[in-house]
Amino acid sequence: MPAVQETVDQVRRIDVDQYKYGFETTISSEKAPKGLSEDTVRFISAKKDEPAWMLEWRLDAYRRWLTMREPQWARVKYGPIDYQDAYYYSAPTNFKAPKSLDDIDPEILKTYEKLGIPLREREALLGIVREPVEGEEGEAPRNRVAVDAVFDSVSVATTFKEELKRAGVIFMPISEALREHPELVRKYLGTVVPVSDNFFATLNAAVFSDGSFVYVPPGVRCPMELSTYFRINEKNTGQFERTLIIADKGAYVSYLEGCTAPTRDENQLHAAVVELIALDDAEIKYSTIQNWYPGDANGKGGVYNFVTKRGDCRGANSKISWTQLETGSAITWKYPSCILRGDGSRGEFYSIAISNGHQQVDSGTKMLHLGKNTTSRIISKGIAAGHSQNTYRGLVSSHRKAKGARNFTNCDSLLIGNKCGAHTVPYIEAKNSSTVFEHEATTSKISEDMLFYCRQRGLTAEEATALVVNGFVKDVLQQLPMEFAVEAQKLISVSLEGSVG
Amino acid sequence: MSLLEIKNLHVEIDGKKILNGLDLTVNAGEVHAIMGPNGSGKSTLAYVLAGKADYEVTDGQVLFDGEDVLAMEPDERAAKGVFLAFQYPIEIPGVATMTFLRTALNAQRKKRGEAELTTPEFMKRVREASGKLSISQDMLRRAVNVGFSGGEKKRNEILQMALLEPRLAVLDETDSGLDIDALKIVADGVNRLRSPERATIVITHYQRLLDYIVPDIVHVLSKGRIVKTGGKELALELEASGYAQFQEAPVAAE
Amino acid sequence: MAELTLMKNAAEQQLAAEWTAAKAKLPGAAPLRAAAFETFAKAGLPHRRVEEWKYTDLRALMREAKPLAVRPDAAAFATLGETDAGLGDLDARRIVIADGYLAPGWTDLNESDPGITIVELMAWLGEADLFRLNSIPDAARKDIAVSLNTAFMTGGVVIHVRKDACIERPIHLAHVFSGKTAAAIYPRSIVIVEPGARLMLIESHEGPDGIDYQANTALQIFAGDGAHVDHVKVTREGDTALHISSLMADVGAHARFNTFGYTTGGGVVRNQLFLRFGGEGTVANIRGATLLKGRQHADTTLVVDHAAAGCQSREVFKSVLDDESRGIFQGKIVVRPGAQKTDAKMASHALMLSDEAEADNKPELEIFADDVQCGHGATAGDLDEDLLFYLRARGIPSAEAEALLIQAFVGEAIEGVEHAGLREALIEAVQAWLKARG
Repeated sequence: MPAVQETVDQVRRIDVDQYKYGFETTISSEKAPKGLSEDTVRFISAKKDEPAWMLEWRLDAYRRWLTMREPQWARVKYGPIDYQDAYYYSAPTNFKAPKSLDDIDPEILKTYEKLGIPLREREALLGIVREPVEGEEGEAPRNRVAVDAVFDSVSVATTFKEELKRAGVIFMPISEALREHPELVRKYLGTVVPVSDNFFATLNAAVFSDGSFVYVPPGVRCPMELSTYFRINEKNTGQFERTLIIADKGAYVSYLEGCTAPTRDENQLHAAVVELIALDDAEIKYSTIQNWYPGDANGKGGVYNFVTKRGDCRGANSKISWTQLETGSAITWKYPSCILRGDGSRGEFYSIAISNGHQQVDSGTKMLHLGKNTTSRIISKGIAAGHSQNTYRGLVSSHRKAKGARNFTNCDSLLIGNKCGAHTVPYIEAKNSSTVFEHEATTSKISEDMLFYCRQRGLTAEEATALVVNGFVKDVLQQLPMEFAVEAQKLISVSLEGSVG
Repeated sequence: MSLLEIKNLHVEIDGKKILNGLDLTVNAGEVHAIMGPNGSGKSTLAYVLAGKADYEVTDGQVLFDGEDVLAMEPDERAAKGVFLAFQYPIEIPGVATMTFLRTALNAQRKKRGEAELTTPEFMKRVREASGKLSISQDMLRRAVNVGFSGGEKKRNEILQMALLEPRLAVLDETDSGLDIDALKIVADGVNRLRSPERATIVITHYQRLLDYIVPDIVHVLSKGRIVKTGGKELALELEASGYAQFQEAPVAAE
Repeated sequence: MAELTLMKNAAEQQLAAEWTAAKAKLPGAAPLRAAAFETFAKAGLPHRRVEEWKYTDLRALMREAKPLAVRPDAAAFATLGETDAGLGDLDARRIVIADGYLAPGWTDLNESDPGITIVELMAWLGEADLFRLNSIPDAARKDIAVSLNTAFMTGGVVIHVRKDACIERPIHLAHVFSGKTAAAIYPRSIVIVEPGARLMLIESHEGPDGIDYQANTALQIFAGDGAHVDHVKVTREGDTALHISSLMADVGAHARFNTFGYTTGGGVVRNQLFLRFGGEGTVANIRGATLLKGRQHADTTLVVDHAAAGCQSREVFKSVLDDESRGIFQGKIVVRPGAQKTDAKMASHALMLSDEAEADNKPELEIFADDVQCGHGATAGDLDEDLLFYLRARGIPSAEAEALLIQAFVGEAIEGVEHAGLREALIEAVQAWLKARG
């Protein structure tokens, strides 16, 4: 954890507002007319050159959305969202699918460089091999990562395409997949998160503009980590990406998404949908580092993050594992879930949710045990600081026929300061006697004794807090792909800035 | 100038008086032993020197190298060279001992304007120090003090002291809970650090530790004040006669 | 989803009709009753979209509302004197409340013990102001079952224990449904335990099998600073009865408050506990055991509100679910801003004896103070095969081995009952239940 010192240095360099990704990129862009209507939906579909069935699918979603209401059950408070006062499509001007990285607007490349995301294949190929540190776990030479970068509404670059193609892996923007592999997309799209699943998912189905598509063929172990970086740049622009990942029989893929947005006074809406499908013996590992702009110290601005993520363990002995580090957004509303349909399938959810300032987090998971001998594991670590509210909400259920269902859940909350709140709302529903569900939860304060011990050894209050918190979340941190563990540690410390003293 | 000067120190916790006008002067190169019955204020003195919250100094002064220690944050004191070996070392789940050692060492070096240690240099130092204290590599990989035995925790404190090379080490009942072999290992560790630039305060209830860490000066603390000061023979005297002579009335727990 | 405006169902319409017919005749507290009925009229019966009633959809479970029970005659009261709620020869002072009415002429004003007065609720209502009746915890205030009880309450007792009085003999409020045809009963009692006083209170509810009567009962306990209150509720209603109970307790500083709920009877049972710790340094033990078979449905919903600093609460709930029964536990621990040093630990465990049984568990923490130690644990599963095998290997027949393990499982909750005689009576009740299971 040498990250602690670096982190604190890094924090110092950040201005008043702590958020280091708050810059804006000046490029000209083409937008759909402001507001939401059937025309907007048609505009987006036309821009993407979509097949007719896709437009119909979107329009159906839009019409259903008109009859729906925002869900009210989460422990988050926000003013009314004016869905007509936003842009639903924004693309860099004259944007054409780039043939090579040279086709990409250098400003965008610069943006990703600033974000520390290696888009240039050359750079990525070289990799950044760090010196292994003796006695330290969890650090190894950086592996290669294939990146898909989404800038506002469109995917701007996907790296390593050729190498992935040789392995038979399809990794491309979903807009491209709709043109190149329509049969695959059509077969799976909306089969995990139905069109009218919930208000935000339905909105996404109507207006999603891009996102990533991954298909790993039977028996293939994807040769590298796949990663998508999302960036909201334009003002008043919602981002509605849609990700669809299919691991065919016996396949394996590890996927990571990262998110940032510029500092803005207004709230920006982000309503994504992620669908994962694992067939027999397949495994999908999905990791998220969510660092959307959280708003300023007074709770002004920030991203409203309403996300529907669901994985379907459709095949026997399949496995889906969600790992998330949630540090950003003014509001986080997200419950990455697993439908354990295949016999012997397994779902996992590892989560770190940190809230500071005036952030509100309502996040957790659902583990739905439908098949026989299905197992699931939930490890959730919530850290509330400042004036924030941090809620874990989860459901574990076993169907009548899910003989031998097993779940273990552990959710721990840590409070830093006495102006914040930490809440735990688990639903545990066992519908047959061979079910074994175990659940435990604790809430406590960050230990003064631990902090004093660290400070006696020379650490400042901030460093001590970062160290103790990193220890608290270690079980989950270890689940992140190695390439991102260090970045995650830094992010944790940055997001706790200003929470002590 | 003395390394540490404590003048007329009065300390309360939750409104209860613990230290009542304590005076103590420690020069570089010296080893002081502070002995006293339970509840005399020994651990309070250690905590006040290190800067633990909730201990309210109502009067008096503590100068370290001529500077007012009481005005400093705990980490500033540590960087100046004040080290406390805790009577009950704290467990920090999830934080590897190795990480902790490096973070602490580099934090202090940085505050003093020194360069951070390179990884090989750090590893070399840890290997040397841990070898002498019979601390296994496995222990270093485990989380700080988590699952350590009482003796392992105490040895870990001494390892930290050896790496951080403080100018003033305060050992708070470091002998408690140690068998004789562990006691020797710990004492050797302390003795290795003895030098003309450094000083040590050994707080103990029993004379036993002082057979291995031979003090220059012995103080008896009772009811929050130093009531007697002498040479190392004072410790033996106390062992024979007990603390009763310094305790007219029962004193509240520490 | 568009705003759902639910049509009033039969039960809701019947309740409205009952109200119109009865409101002029209901004794006392007219404005309070009217306001409470208004709360119900606006919201209707709670259904599964009402979070607190998620697992007990009253709208679906209560197809019709039974007519308000009439006061039994003196002869009927006379025959009920021996009602023991299955507690055997427990030495307690028994007060029978039949069909929601206290026996006629009952009063014990200063008669047998100077430390305590017991009067009929409505007689008391006549003279006292209504603030106690209306002084209920926040979580209970918006509850529809509580509102319906307030609107329709027919009677019960007010028990008043004087400052520092120690009432040696337990008080037993024995509620009985005595009717031959289905009716709705609404008993309500208030217990005021002044500072430093001590009281052991037993509350029982029973009735005949085969009649689908409806009981909606409420008990308010006010425990003053330093008071020590033990409360035990035994629910053994008839097999087709609907039973809803609401315990509302307001506990002062440095008090001891223990409650234990034992439920084996009723077709549909909903036990609500709304507890508020308003003073510092109180220690509370909140426990329950529920044993269900057939198609019984029992829901325990608990809100423990730590409104003051330094209180300790322990919650332990056990349910044993056989056949097609459904056991529900919802427990919420709330720690208010400033309630530092709260120490609250909640455990809920369900033992499933049949593949058709269902256990739903929702243990919640809602925490607004940082210096706290709070936690909960929940498990659901069947009997430990290894333990069963071990017992059988020692020669214990299967059924007996199961009974032993079930008894041990439930025993952990019963242990908390401080009164030895009562504890034994409860253990015997569990044994009888197991024996009947066969």
